Amino acid sequence: MDNAVETVGLVKVFGRTRALDGLDLAIRRGSVYGILGPNGAGKTTAMRVLTTLLRPTEGRALVLGHDVVREAAAVRRKVSLTGQYASVDEELTGHENLVLLGRLLGLSWGDARGRATELMTAFGLADAAAQQVRTYSGGMRRRIDIAGSLVTRPELLFLDEPTTGLDPRSRNQVWELVRHIAASGTTVLLTTQYLEEADRLAERLAVIDHGRVIAEGTSRDLKASIGSNALHFHLVDPAQRAAAEAVVAAVVPDGLLPQTEVASLAVKVPDAALAADLIGALARASIRIKDFSLGRPSLDDVFFALTGHAAEAKADDPASKVGP
Amino acid sequence: MSNDAISPRGEAIVMRARPQPASALSAVATLAWRAMLKIKHVPFQLFDVTITPIMFTLLFTYMFGGALAGSPRVYIQYLLPGILVQTIIFITVYTGVGINTDIQKGLFDRFRSLPMWQPAPILGALVGDLFRYSVASLLIIVLGLGLGFRPAGGVVGVLAAFGLVLVFAFALSWIWIIFGMVVKTPESVMTTSFLFLMPLTFASNIFVGLETMPGWLRAVVRHNPVTHLANASRNLMHGASAGTDTLWVLGTSAAIVAIAGPVAMRMYRRER
Repeated sequence: MDNAVETVGLVKVFGRTRALDGLDLAIRRGSVYGILGPNGAGKTTAMRVLTTLLRPTEGRALVLGHDVVREAAAVRRKVSLTGQYASVDEELTGHENLVLLGRLLGLSWGDARGRATELMTAFGLADAAAQQVRTYSGGMRRRIDIAGSLVTRPELLFLDEPTTGLDPRSRNQVWELVRHIAASGTTVLLTTQYLEEADRLAERLAVIDHGRVIAEGTSRDLKASIGSNALHFHLVDPAQRAAAEAVVAAVVPDGLLPQTEVASLAVKVPDAALAADLIGALARASIRIKDFSLGRPSLDDVFFALTGHAAEAKADDPASKVGP
Repeated sequence: MSNDAISPRGEAIVMRARPQPASALSAVATLAWRAMLKIKHVPFQLFDVTITPIMFTLLFTYMFGGALAGSPRVYIQYLLPGILVQTIIFITVYTGVGINTDIQKGLFDRFRSLPMWQPAPILGALVGDLFRYSVASLLIIVLGLGLGFRPAGGVVGVLAAFGLVLVFAFALSWIWIIFGMVVKTPESVMTTSFLFLMPLTFASNIFVGLETMPGWLRAVVRHNPVTHLANASRNLMHGASAGTDTLWVLGTSAAIVAIAGPVAMRMYRRER
């Protein structure tokens, strides 16, 4: 058995909430594995159980072959956790934070200082090394936080929503870091609510909802599981949606995939000819479309199909939400 | 993807294997170092704990000294050991505030997921606090000497009193550690603890003797551990015998640690 993580029927109850409700995971070593799910799906709880911060109510979890309850110390020796909130001391400088962690992990003072300097440079934080972390931007905090998990080499790195709240540039930097870390041989387990992130980084993923795995596989598998190709298009005038749906129903019965935005539609089409027919039919019905694309269904489609609700709430425009 | 801020070379990120985790002692020492760094970066922490006692000493000595003891100079011989006790007792709250902040910031999650001796973060914080207590004590004693405080017990007496106050402060801190883990915000640690500390320090003989108090209050004050601590500290500083009170203080401190210590550690290990 060479799995980095293996859980069987993991349950965690908080009061009346079942944060984890029979979670089964099998994560191979040496990969980037993504746990994808909306807020409240149980992602953070799963991370906290696997890093020994929480005890499971029921079920069993092995991390690198060690039981998280009975061999918690052994697990802690092999893993690092970067939690959802920057878990560094804001009053200390970035460099001091890394020295602190280096010392606690058993490096000598000299090695801890050297390693801190090395990491600050590698993470693009050399200029800010002598500044208190409280003065750092969101992206810098995230980087120092991840650096804190790499002071010594973990066999398994847990990253809980590593890019939540980051601007696109910082997000790209974190992605780049994750790829470097994985390339160095550390298994990375990350949670995310961004479908794009899971798609880009993770070789395999588990989609979880209400504390349970509802789908598992490569992102290609998951997309394939909901069927063939999909035609995506946007309406110029959202008011034409009903008319557009009628056209779709006539050309491709039962082909409509659920979408979160009024103006956007996705239709399952077995082949390109049918897609062309559909676009023609829309044009004849005077339904104006802004752009269209033919491709595999997106992870958004997958999530919607699996859970019946959207993965990410579009907070900017609540009026544009459509019920499943 | 442009990647200008991060070294494109992966080798700095690739790291050596994990060494043996730090020993318990070295973990505590490292976390005490962290507490020192915080004082260095936020000297206001020290300012906070030094200004209040200076103000109290000056106010009480000059406002009440004449009325209570005939002259400020006579009164300060009585007051100063007590002010030291009061000051340190109030500062103990910061232990709880610090623990609470660390929990809220997620720092304790990081610590708890490290392969180190689990009580180290709490003990490290306590060692840092002892430094703060020492600074505050030194300041009060120097100020007192300037105002005419003349401890007959000499350096040894003053140090003995200081040591005893530290023992009690260390014990009391465990209660605030529990508070710090129960309460939601650092601010509420402050408020709740003050509700407790005000009567504890004022219903004692820090400022005045028991003689003029009504009987019921006298009973309360006599049994207040702070009264024993103030008595012991006064007697030690002035070279008088302080055996019973000292034993009382040591006994109370031991009892607090014996009860609050395991409870605090249990809560710390428990999940949040």
